[in-house]
Amino acid sequence: MARIQWQLGKVTTIIQETPRVKTFRLQLPQWIPHLPGQHYDLRLTAEDGYQAERSYSIASAPEQTGEIDLTIERIDDGEISGYLHEGVRVGDQLEVRGPIGGYFAWHDGMADRPLFLVGGGSGIVPLMAILRHRSILGATNPTRLLYSVRTPEDLIYGTELQNLARQDPSFELVLTFTRQAPPDWSGYHRRIDGSMVEQEIRPFSEQPISFICGPTQLVESVANELAAIGFPPSVIYTERFGPTGS
Amino acid sequence: MPSFFNPGFGRKRPATHAERIPPGQYETHDWPVLTAGPTPRIPLANWTFSLDGLVESPVKWSWEQFTALPQQSFTNDIHCVTKWSKLDTHWQGISIETLLEQVTLKPEARYVMAYSYGEYTTNIPLEDLRHGKAFIGLHFEGSPLAAEHGGPARLVVPHLYFWKSAKWITGLRFMEHDQPGFWERGGYSMYGNPWNEQRYRSDD
Repeated sequence: MARIQWQLGKVTTIIQETPRVKTFRLQLPQWIPHLPGQHYDLRLTAEDGYQAERSYSIASAPEQTGEIDLTIERIDDGEISGYLHEGVRVGDQLEVRGPIGGYFAWHDGMADRPLFLVGGGSGIVPLMAILRHRSILGATNPTRLLYSVRTPEDLIYGTELQNLARQDPSFELVLTFTRQAPPDWSGYHRRIDGSMVEQEIRPFSEQPISFICGPTQLVESVANELAAIGFPPSVIYTERFGPTGS
Repeated sequence: MPSFFNPGFGRKRPATHAERIPPGQYETHDWPVLTAGPTPRIPLANWTFSLDGLVESPVKWSWEQFTALPQQSFTNDIHCVTKWSKLDTHWQGISIETLLEQVTLKPEARYVMAYSYGEYTTNIPLEDLRHGKAFIGLHFEGSPLAAEHGGPARLVVPHLYFWKSAKWITGLRFMEHDQPGFWERGGYSMYGNPWNEQRYRSDD
């Protein structure tokens, strides 16, 4: 098998999603269709040869051919995310390889199964790729996203998610704000916990496939709750991240 | 000068242990959790550990029997395929060599499938588990190993990427031919040497 090759992508667009989150659209000379949920490795090289790598989930749907969107949160003191946020402009080149990962990935064959997505913070990114692709496919499987953010301004893809929820009767968006909720907010205003998961699972008439992505603590608690309710591990897909010091 | 570089990018933190950090890795001081699926909880009363496959007589230990085997301390650097490395981790556990003294391997045994509660598996050449290179970790930094990090017992193979160090391990199966485990079937390297950056199957 040929090694998944490093290639130089060209930054064509930078979208400021939230004060701490930017989407980088990269045009790739060797674009390969991905599965929603997969990631790319990104490598930065200093003039003295020093290199650092990280993995970033793909936000775009595979129908967006020839390019990928990587949505990246700026981490305090982050060597890579700090450079990407401060030092990268449209027209610059970034070295990436992918798509990578076969486990945390949504396949078209899952389109007839109900879907329960749970995201925390920038854990929304691979879930957004699933939602975008699912929407393009025209899938009508009952789908619910439980999305936890600190404050309204930390909501990534907020407008797009709300539009999707309005236009697609099979998709339900449930937000929880852990620190500060919008004025007049009547929804959840706490961290995702067992009773919230139980509440949000109840509307499903058939056991959904579940994709959970976010900080370790959130993923642990949701996955454990689903397992306790009786979900077999085979339908609980998890991706944990941070804090890893960068 | 490299053929391509990112202008203005440079090392942010001083490289204190650069020679111990494999290519593409960075040092972290906390311990991220990476698991496919939920964390299994295994009551010690039901816990068992088996050596089976190509052995003359398979063995199965209870927790009590297993932890009565001679234990040792280990200090190792560990390297996760998700790019972090953690230096000087302190473990207590049972060397695989100690376990192998309890059985007679068939001569054709060359590979091992480590298997876990929660149905996780990973494949490792037998030689990479021998001569004190790998152990079953029971204590980490002086405390019993926490469930989210693979407790009560995990395999530790520090010289390979850390997904080879199967959490919640319940046995080793000896095989003649190499077979892919869980992540390996999903496109990850069959061997996983961090110093050669064997992250994915296509890196082998």
